[in-house]
Amino acid sequence: MNKAMQPPEEETSKPPKKNNPGQVLQEELLKEITGKQNGEKGGVSRPLWRRLTRSLAVPILAIITGLIIGGLLIVLTSIEFYAAWAQSPVEGLRVGWGILKTAYSALFTGAIGDPARIAAALSSGNAEEVRKAFYPFFESLVAATPYIFGGLAVALGFRAGLFNIGAEGQIFIGAICAAYVGYSVTGLPAFLHMPLAFLAGAVGGGLWGFIPGWLKARTGAHEVINTIMLNYIAFRLSDWLLTGPMKRPGSANPVSPTIEDSAKLFRFFGDPIRFHLGFFVALLMAWLVWWFLFKTRWGFDLRAVGLNPHAARYAGMVVSFTMILSMSLSGALAGMAGANEVLGVNHNLAMAFSSGYGFDSIALALLGNSHPLGVVLSALLFGALRNGATNMQLKAGIPIDIISIFQALILIFIATPAIIRTLYRLKPPEEGEEGLVVASWGGN
Amino acid sequence: MTTTALRRELEIVSPTRQIVMGVLFLAAGFVIWFYFSRSLTSETVTKFGMTPGGFKATISDLILPSQQTLNVLAALCGFIGAVQVLRKGGFRKRTNGMLGLVSGFLIFAFLIWAAAGRSLNLAGLLNTTLSKAVPLTLGAMSGILCERAGVVNIAIEGMMLMGAMIGALVGSITGNLWIGLLSAVLSGGLLGWVHGVLSIKYRTNQIISGTAINIFATGLTSYVSAKFMQTHQELNNPGIFRGWEIPGLSQIPFLGPILFNNNMFVYAMFLFLIALQFGLFYTRWGLRHRAVGEHPRAADTLGINVFRTRYIAVILGGLMAGFAGGYFTLGSVGRFDEVMTAGRGFISLAAMIFGNWLPFGAFGAGLLFGFADSLASKLAILGLRIPSQFLLMAPYLATMVVLAGVIGRGQMPAADGVPYEKEG
Amino acid sequence: MTTVLELRGITKRFPGVLANDHIDLTLEEGEIHALLGENGAGKTTLMNILYGLYQPDQGEIIVRGKKIDIHSPSDAIAAGIGMVHQHFMLIPVFTVAENVMLGDETLRPGGILNRAQAAARVREISEQFGFEVDPNAYIKDLPVGVQQRVEIIKLLYRRADILILDEPTAVLTPQETDELFAIMRSLVAKGKSIIFITHKLREVMDFSDRITVIRRGRVVGTTRPSEADQYTLAEMMVGRAVQLEVDRKAKAVGETVLSVQNLVVLDERHQVAVEDVSFEVRAGEVLGIAGVQGNGQTELVEALTGLRTPQSGHIKLLGQEISRARPRRITELGSAHVPEDRQRDGLVLNFTVADNLILNTYYKPPFTQGVVLNETEILKHASRLIQEFDIRTPSPLTNVGSLSGGNQQKVIVAREFSRPIRLLIASQPTRGLDVGSVEYIHGRIMEKRDEGCAVLLVSSELDEIMALSDRIAVMYRGKIIDILDAKQATKETVGLLMAGIRPEHTPNVQIEPA
Repeated sequence: MNKAMQPPEEETSKPPKKNNPGQVLQEELLKEITGKQNGEKGGVSRPLWRRLTRSLAVPILAIITGLIIGGLLIVLTSIEFYAAWAQSPVEGLRVGWGILKTAYSALFTGAIGDPARIAAALSSGNAEEVRKAFYPFFESLVAATPYIFGGLAVALGFRAGLFNIGAEGQIFIGAICAAYVGYSVTGLPAFLHMPLAFLAGAVGGGLWGFIPGWLKARTGAHEVINTIMLNYIAFRLSDWLLTGPMKRPGSANPVSPTIEDSAKLFRFFGDPIRFHLGFFVALLMAWLVWWFLFKTRWGFDLRAVGLNPHAARYAGMVVSFTMILSMSLSGALAGMAGANEVLGVNHNLAMAFSSGYGFDSIALALLGNSHPLGVVLSALLFGALRNGATNMQLKAGIPIDIISIFQALILIFIATPAIIRTLYRLKPPEEGEEGLVVASWGGN
Repeated sequence: MTTTALRRELEIVSPTRQIVMGVLFLAAGFVIWFYFSRSLTSETVTKFGMTPGGFKATISDLILPSQQTLNVLAALCGFIGAVQVLRKGGFRKRTNGMLGLVSGFLIFAFLIWAAAGRSLNLAGLLNTTLSKAVPLTLGAMSGILCERAGVVNIAIEGMMLMGAMIGALVGSITGNLWIGLLSAVLSGGLLGWVHGVLSIKYRTNQIISGTAINIFATGLTSYVSAKFMQTHQELNNPGIFRGWEIPGLSQIPFLGPILFNNNMFVYAMFLFLIALQFGLFYTRWGLRHRAVGEHPRAADTLGINVFRTRYIAVILGGLMAGFAGGYFTLGSVGRFDEVMTAGRGFISLAAMIFGNWLPFGAFGAGLLFGFADSLASKLAILGLRIPSQFLLMAPYLATMVVLAGVIGRGQMPAADGVPYEKEG
Repeated sequence: MTTVLELRGITKRFPGVLANDHIDLTLEEGEIHALLGENGAGKTTLMNILYGLYQPDQGEIIVRGKKIDIHSPSDAIAAGIGMVHQHFMLIPVFTVAENVMLGDETLRPGGILNRAQAAARVREISEQFGFEVDPNAYIKDLPVGVQQRVEIIKLLYRRADILILDEPTAVLTPQETDELFAIMRSLVAKGKSIIFITHKLREVMDFSDRITVIRRGRVVGTTRPSEADQYTLAEMMVGRAVQLEVDRKAKAVGETVLSVQNLVVLDERHQVAVEDVSFEVRAGEVLGIAGVQGNGQTELVEALTGLRTPQSGHIKLLGQEISRARPRRITELGSAHVPEDRQRDGLVLNFTVADNLILNTYYKPPFTQGVVLNETEILKHASRLIQEFDIRTPSPLTNVGSLSGGNQQKVIVAREFSRPIRLLIASQPTRGLDVGSVEYIHGRIMEKRDEGCAVLLVSSELDEIMALSDRIAVMYRGKIIDILDAKQATKETVGLLMAGIRPEHTPNVQIEPA
């Protein structure tokens, strides 16, 4: 902005809220040091409850609005609704409501499980039945796991002021590396093979993130374009590998060999539940990212560079190094999503296995406002939606693609809080309040 | 001060770039000689078919002695490279032209080598290249329309998909291709308008807005396809625009059948290309459009309505992408399949960057990418062991190289991606 | 003489700020009217109102006797008002002719541009007013001085006769400045009227017909160069309400802390911004660098703090060469820096007060142990400094962005002054602050001096320099033209030096008749 156009500052414009800062301080300090550390924002943060009420209104309303509009779409694309409407509008509304109820209850039972069935299974005491009853719930967690990794990847980039739109490609590379280590290395015990394969995925993804980070730091080439390009290079690469060097011998399909048992992520329950160790690895990574971002000097570096690269440089930080590091770490997290899918769910690598995790990750990183806890919660929601939608397709005949529509709508509302605020007559945000953590095109 | 003297001073190419380019040219010559020429014997000939399949041959095949031709090409590349390195300032302003020439030589050499001892239908290859370039060029023009006015559009993919689906659906329902096409175009325009509302009115992050539109369009088109078009085949059978041979012109040997025996989309693309190039650089609309993309505040101080100009830009961009989408269903396949654009929206984006935000530049890039694509499908026929996927990677790699400024940086509109905010 | 423009009672409020407070101004035909004031005095706001970029809350604009409403630049253009903005509104990749005609294009039928006609108009205007501009040159290839002429041609092309020039000399070389004023003379000779905004006293004295001084959004007075001198103008412009009295203890100066030899620094445009500058700062003294802003001070400070690599010359901090050192090394050697643009360089506005207080020490014990930040220490540190430096904040966990300007500056001062430092570089440390904060920060700076710290104070406020410095170096056009002992220096001598005039020499300036 034109500096000369800025109005001059005046001391009276923002009076301090308390008269005795010293006293308030002591209280704050006392609370902070003696009381329970609030882990939300970590490091140095505001009281949790205040942050929550302020920051949760828009995301929750965005989700609700997304579901309402999606519901309207479901009804409006139902032939039954129009048939009933032709009879009478009242009948139309009744039928429409029925369609909606069927759809969303299918979504719910598909995501969480059927309460009646769970109760019946529990009372029957049949282990197999119990597993089947809880299957949807655990399957949602399974679906949420790559979302956690992917969301963390995008969120980490946002925190450093970088837009990693290439999580999808990094997921692919991570999957390729993990799969390769998973099937080609034999004879290792599981406690070595599993982490090795997982790490291979992280390294692969990290490399795929390093490239645009390095290019940005060295040449200023925009990471958005480069990560998009690298996405497609990754697709072609996996395409080639699966039809060539990594193709399962004797298979007609482009599929890699099945990974060794020692590389498979441990599953906690018997079939059909696929819930596996990866979920806890994801939670661990979320904690690690949170710790890294808010508790370590590196994270301090990274966030400062993301928020104000000029001040970061002034304060002696090396901006280009931080950029490269953040993109590499972001890529590594995305790579873990790929490794997780290969080692925990599919046990092999097939073409187009990721189906949009990378792009959805952008939505959920924003929904979680680039905070690891927010990302985990959003990932659980997205996982549940994705899993529930399968049931919705089965029970209500609504194509699974409806969740993409949900996600797109949620993304729009999150990124444009003004729409939600106007819609629900919310108060505009206070001055100085932290906005959405996201990288812009201008960068720095 | 005389300004021309200063300009001349500024035009001197940077020494690093001069050497990099020179080395590139020399390397091209070396590759042609070392990898291509040496692997052949002097008797081998390469036969190029000069008429596309299904057309009556009017000229005979082109038969070239493979090794000798390759050696000539290698020598030419080497000469250009040597001049570039040794002469002070190299080729200066013509360096980019030389780069094009050398790339052309390299590709031609590759074809000669790949088809050595065999026959390759060159005209057919070029014809496929042209039709593969159509959606890329149209998509890139959508990007140019938006970005020249300062709005980043990474939603070309989504707009194309929407156009493809709506085109097929409406085309099937009405039984009229033109109404289908019109709906396709309008649906793209609608998404463009949404992108405009978000990024211009609400100043939403333009990349997020674009991503949201992509996800939305992918979801909606797949939803409608799964719900209606797969179960009711009659809703997914719009037919396609037939080829239209332009009398007279199509009789020109070699080029005639390639250029003048296509369907409406190809001719429309040329029309749009000329219109856009002319519009952007020779009309009042274009001047204002570009001014808004370069320096919106300057435009504003001269009484130009920045918001309106940008709205028009994104809506036009959407219409163009919708038209490109229509090509997939109404101009090529005749049916909508889920996610059928398969990333071509993003290749369009690459073509736009590669073509330096110029319509004809984007067309050139589209041809190049289309060529890589059509060649990839011919590789197996030629019996080459180069995986086709590597050729398909070429557009993306090329774009990254351009973006990194290794061979000269493109000129992105200065205010691209920056939301405009009025002061006061 | 007829009055072509009259502003009556123009008032403009921004949230919490009264930018223009009932401003009255008249412009006569054929005059060059200087609008003089400090940064942030409200000059640009006023002109943006006149040009339709802002809407006034109160007041009226009368052009040639007719009251008009100006809602947009188009209205202003229609009323014959044109403005050359401080940051040029030119499109670098367009030609001169394209830039000139943009928004008012010469056309062939069908909306097709007629470039030839536009080029002819540009040539015609150029010849009429004695510019030398090639209409087909691209803006990006033109030197700044020529670009400015293009801006003026833009106005003349639109037949504007009231021209507003906002800080026109800020980006010009001395030669270009002289050329500009020659152009301005030829413009008024042909009946145009000019308002030019500046804070440079010399230009006002030399080139204007009348002067209106604005301070804090109000008109302080209107005068003529013949009736005023630079000193009175400076006082009108700066006019501090409180006399800056600083308790100055006599103190023996110690060893040399910072030594700068033959330093040459280039600016973004690769022009020499700092030219062959040499000086020393010793422990226990304040060296004030006086000078009107834009004379190389910014680049000098950036070079001293490692933010800009000098072209040549040496910088030694405590005997160590630091001219190519990274900012962190310089900080670790004991240098503190209060940056000129506090919001851009000094603070991360979305970080908390506590985090900003450790912005350049966060990586060291006690704030970091191993790699982990020690929150308890960070908070203790924050609360200690908040009390010690009287930072008014609801909590150490409040984002700095929500504090007032004075308190933001106190956060920086607290951070920089609380470290064990040997050198303090303070750049415009009180700009835009209220009186209370100014006094406070001055006191703190003197405290550091008395503790034996070497202080380099860069300020464009003469009073501040006079009040704090032991020695005064005056920077003018990239050079230090003189270093005076503060005891011998008077406001007059320093003021004249700031304008590039050495008192012992005859002023080499011609004052044109009003």
